[in-house]
Amino acid sequence: MKDGETERRCEHEHEREHEHEHRHERGCGHQVSTREGEPSRGAAARVVRRAAGRLARPGVSDIAYSAVAVLLALVIGAILIAASGYSVIDAYANLFDGAFGSIYNFANTLMMATPLLFTGLSVAVAFQCGLFNVGAEGQLYVGGLASAVVVLVLGPAVPGVVRVLLALVAGALAGAVLAAGPGYMKARLGAHEVITTIMLNYVGVFLTTFLVKTYLKEPGPVDQTPLLPVGARLPELIPGTRVSWGIVLGVAAVMAVDYILRRTSVGYEIQTVGRNAAAAEYAGVNVPGRIVLAMVMSGAIAGLAGSSVVMGTLYRFITNFSPGYGFTGIAVAVLARNKPWGVLPAALLFGMLQSGGMSMQLFARIPADLMTLVQGIVILFVAAPALASMFLARSRAGAGTGGRG
Amino acid sequence: MREILDVIFDINNVTATIRMATPIALAAMGGAFSERSGVINIGLEGMILTGAFCGVLGSYISGSPWLGVLFAVVGGGLMGAILAVFAIKLKADHVVSGVGLNIFALGLTSWLMQVLWKNRGTSVSVNGLPMFSIPVVRDVPVLGTILGTHSPLVYMMLILIFLGWVVMFKTPLGLRIRMAGEHPEAADTVGINVHAVQYFSVILSGCLAGLGGAYLSLAQLNWFSMNMSAGRGYMALAANIFGQWNPIGGLGASFLFAFTDALQMRIQTSPIKLPTDIIQMLPYILTILVLAGAVIRSRPPAALGRHYESGRAA
Repeated sequence: MKDGETERRCEHEHEREHEHEHRHERGCGHQVSTREGEPSRGAAARVVRRAAGRLARPGVSDIAYSAVAVLLALVIGAILIAASGYSVIDAYANLFDGAFGSIYNFANTLMMATPLLFTGLSVAVAFQCGLFNVGAEGQLYVGGLASAVVVLVLGPAVPGVVRVLLALVAGALAGAVLAAGPGYMKARLGAHEVITTIMLNYVGVFLTTFLVKTYLKEPGPVDQTPLLPVGARLPELIPGTRVSWGIVLGVAAVMAVDYILRRTSVGYEIQTVGRNAAAAEYAGVNVPGRIVLAMVMSGAIAGLAGSSVVMGTLYRFITNFSPGYGFTGIAVAVLARNKPWGVLPAALLFGMLQSGGMSMQLFARIPADLMTLVQGIVILFVAAPALASMFLARSRAGAGTGGRG
Repeated sequence: MREILDVIFDINNVTATIRMATPIALAAMGGAFSERSGVINIGLEGMILTGAFCGVLGSYISGSPWLGVLFAVVGGGLMGAILAVFAIKLKADHVVSGVGLNIFALGLTSWLMQVLWKNRGTSVSVNGLPMFSIPVVRDVPVLGTILGTHSPLVYMMLILIFLGWVVMFKTPLGLRIRMAGEHPEAADTVGINVHAVQYFSVILSGCLAGLGGAYLSLAQLNWFSMNMSAGRGYMALAANIFGQWNPIGGLGASFLFAFTDALQMRIQTSPIKLPTDIIQMLPYILTILVLAGAVIRSRPPAALGRHYESGRAA
């Protein structure tokens, strides 16, 4: 049990978080944040580091809110299952079994979580700069294709490790290029990145389909590239299962982003732009430059999501291969409250929902689209801290004290 | 070259443009009302999708496509109400909750479709809306081809856009909506209930987007298919910005998007040899270009995306 003091601090911490969230959306806050004050040059670095650390690390209240949101969403899912005439126990038992029932099933969960780890991180990085990258879906398509092309073009003369590394770089670059456009248009022209990135999703899908059909198609009914040679793939992490080294790469990406955001001045500047662009500009931050940089980072990570699937799961580029990894990444990032380390459990949870949802559909004959619905509810609930805090307050102090938000 | 010009200036493109602009223009007007009141509405996509689903559901249950249209308006309105509760009452981030709403709507409609009709791709076919033609106009040479025969929803859209413009700029209600989005404190001071105005606007925007959805599932086709809104909600949002948060401006922008879409479909069936995937990208690229060009000169409502808390005792 926490004492009142801690509770109040959490509450306060949370309020600021929330304030920050709706302020950064407008791109330019009107209030100049007084939290960071004007420390002397010598103390500045320490203050900066501490402040940056606080921003990027998930706190206790974050985890509690997210957990409440997920539980609420699953309860609503259960109500819908029951209302549609299915057995809730049957559904959730299959969901659980499909996600954790065996080593193979658990490996499947990890496999499903791998691209979500990247896309969730991608969306979270952009969010830290106050940008909403809804374009991870398109970015992962171009990233995946770029990786496949590099592996196929380099051929067997180049060692496998080199091919894999170059393919990963190409995937990240392709994603970064597709994201740089919206970043530039946001920074220089003020074009809302939500719309431009969404439009580029369609461009990414159509463009890769066109390229595969025209130049890279393996003969046959499916629009796909030839298989990547065995030596130039991301190897299996647990032999005999479908989880690849991609997930290790994803964790490494989380560590890298966490480091950049919390320990470097560039990372701190990105977060400052996200919290209050006007104040950042006043403090001498190159706001347009940081916006473009955040989008480039975000796009590169999303591109790697495609590379991880193409090189570690499918072993080829198949047109329209993504079942919406980029969009699920939004749910992951929102659930993680945009903290790099929060992305890891959030991606695992959604990986679980997806692999579990599949066996739910297979064995209990319950449409897996229910999981899309649950994701939507999770986003809505996590986005509304007032709602979750209402529940938390009620469960802590009995009825009546919560509610004002 | 001659062939290309023939394809572009084909009069049937104009007819198709009006037809295809209908759902986008309706949703864009919804976006205009919502955003003029200060609430960013990314959820238009989900509202269109829900409208399309509810339209088919209504027609399926009752056999009457007009009851389907009513269902669509109510369904879209309900989605609007959900967004309103989250964005206004629960003070959720407008953009995040809008995206959440879209994913929710996609999951809900796909789920319900399979529960009801046991099919993942499309619903069963239901009674769609019959075409309607205006007696005298249809016989006028060019005008008749363009405006003579359409779905009744197309005419309804044109009337509603005009009415929406009147309400927004010529009535006290419209003034209240615009005040809520420009300066909620001032609106509150003169006795306007800012939250009530916002609830009204967001729910209205859901109803309009839902009507746009009904056009997709009851006029253009007569069934529902998974994710059939296909990004029109986002295009509507771009059209709304390009149209300067004005229903008539939004209609103009919707015409532009619909024209590229019509052209894209026309080229696919013409002798011009262009890869279909490249042509299909056209409307989306145009949206980006238009947006990049339009925002330089546009000024959104001042309090857009802000949460307003009245100082008055509740």
